[in-house]
Amino acid sequence: MRNNRFYLAIGTLFVLSYLATAFVDNQYYFFAGFAILQLMVMALAWNILGGYAGYVNFGSAAFFGLGAYAAIVVLQLFDANLITQIVVGGCFSGLVGFGTGYLTLRLRGVYFAIATLALLIVSETLIVNWDYVGGAAGAYVLPKRNPSILGVLIVGKVGALFGNYKELLFFLMCTIALATVVICRFVENSKFGRGLAALRDNEEAAESMGVPTLKLKLIATSLSASIMGVTGGIFPYYMTFIDPISAFNLDISVNALAMPLIGGTASWLGPVLGALVLGTLQQVVTVTISSSVNLLVVGLFLVAFVIFAPGGFLGLINKYWKRGE
Amino acid sequence: MFSFELLINAIVIGILLGGFYAALSIGLSISFGLLDIVNIAHPAFIILGAFVCFIFNSHYGLDPILVGIIFSPVFFLLGLLIYRIYYERFEKTGAEALRGLAFFFGLMFIIEVILIMYFGVDYQMVQAGYIDYKAIFGVIDIPFRMFVPFVVAMIMTIGLQLFSSRTFFGRAMQAVAQDSIALRLMGIDPVKIKRIAFGISLATCSIAGALLVIVIPIEPSVGRLYIGQVFAIVVLGGLGSQSGTLIAAMLLGLVESLVTTFFGPSWSPAVAFGALILVLAFKPTGILGRVGDTRG
Repeated sequence: MRNNRFYLAIGTLFVLSYLATAFVDNQYYFFAGFAILQLMVMALAWNILGGYAGYVNFGSAAFFGLGAYAAIVVLQLFDANLITQIVVGGCFSGLVGFGTGYLTLRLRGVYFAIATLALLIVSETLIVNWDYVGGAAGAYVLPKRNPSILGVLIVGKVGALFGNYKELLFFLMCTIALATVVICRFVENSKFGRGLAALRDNEEAAESMGVPTLKLKLIATSLSASIMGVTGGIFPYYMTFIDPISAFNLDISVNALAMPLIGGTASWLGPVLGALVLGTLQQVVTVTISSSVNLLVVGLFLVAFVIFAPGGFLGLINKYWKRGE
Repeated sequence: MFSFELLINAIVIGILLGGFYAALSIGLSISFGLLDIVNIAHPAFIILGAFVCFIFNSHYGLDPILVGIIFSPVFFLLGLLIYRIYYERFEKTGAEALRGLAFFFGLMFIIEVILIMYFGVDYQMVQAGYIDYKAIFGVIDIPFRMFVPFVVAMIMTIGLQLFSSRTFFGRAMQAVAQDSIALRLMGIDPVKIKRIAFGISLATCSIAGALLVIVIPIEPSVGRLYIGQVFAIVVLGGLGSQSGTLIAAMLLGLVESLVTTFFGPSWSPAVAFGALILVLAFKPTGILGRVGDTRG
């Protein structure tokens, strides 16, 4: 029953997101909506490792940026299309995630956290010094004119599926977000997810009960990193320009970590709520005050929530309901 | 390209830089190395200290190192306060691994953004008589804006090492790291020891900040770049060993100076972080590490 209702809701949202691109005219909504959805996907991906397994990843921006640059490389080499770029971005970041995890996940969790931060700076430095993808100056990504698949025009003024690229990207991001929610929910309810929860609560105990902790951690890291890579792969199109500073920005990392901790790490609903509330707040603050204040908002919310409301929004909602009964 | 003169100068600068790095990381070797508090905001507190020096230097012309020393008790008190929150909210409930880390990460951003709001993202520097002075011995140049911080850093690092190996409190600090239950059985409150030790670790940030602003011009987000250096040094030095920290800092300073001289400054950020990844992957106990301290 619950399963059916969940998938019905996902399907409805999928259709609605397409209808929105057809009927909403104001392009700002797609621009802002894309930003919020990007936060949401990054938060969900972070939560697979951070929330379910209890391993902190400070280097979300590394996986994001590497995904974005992997997409740029296939664009330069093969003139690849958008979907290929997204897939390559995801695969490459997943591989890097696997490598980082393999080297450091056998150590204490805090070493993994620091190693991910190191990965962020090392990858940024490599890209800055690599002229093929634009180096420190960055690279422009010009959208293709009148792209089509199987004879169906995708983007065009008339007779196409989407009126412009912003709408297409918004729709794609919605699809990615919905898919990520489905993946996260599946992970939570699967044997894999229960294994992660066991090692989060007590790694030694889990291991002695026969839970293959290293294997589970590696799968979680790769999955989380590849979702971040997918998000990165689509990012250059959204900006139409990419440089190391925007792709490997620590702000991406703090957002990816703050949203789940503010929303609640116990379930996929937490990062979704966190990203919706804080993402919207950030958009409002960016427009009305300034973009540096929106980071302050995230920082203050993060510290306040970890100190006073360890369960996040989800924890607060549960508490409030219990009191009401 | 290669010249002997260049090499000698790179080595001299590397040693001076290493001493300076020791000052940046000695506080973290106490908090992260001995107390197991992963204070990822350590560099942010150093930047905060640097801006305090900048304010008093530009308004009243005070010497930055003097300001750093005067303000270190304030940082000490700030440390007591932060540890109190950290202990009550995270350590007591066993939530330090996830929420404790996030707490310091959040603090780092708050400090950074507040500094950006007040000072903007322009580079700021301090004035003092010795900053532009340069001693020349044959082919070797010794810039005083590196040499003075080096001397102060050495005094601070060696002083702290003597403090933690010779005094009662210093030994208690080491004991917390080894076995805090045994310490409790001896009738000493480990929480109190940790609180004061964390205060000391933040007090070093005030002085390290003064050195930082002498060595290079600063802006609020340069702290991010030093996260790699300080953690690499503390881990490489073998968590909590002050002499190990000093050796590791020297090594990193040398390698970084050589890379900057022969490959160009755009590669230098990768040195510290690359070293850190290699150390974590292959020798997580560091050079002078406590054995068997990589898990749990």
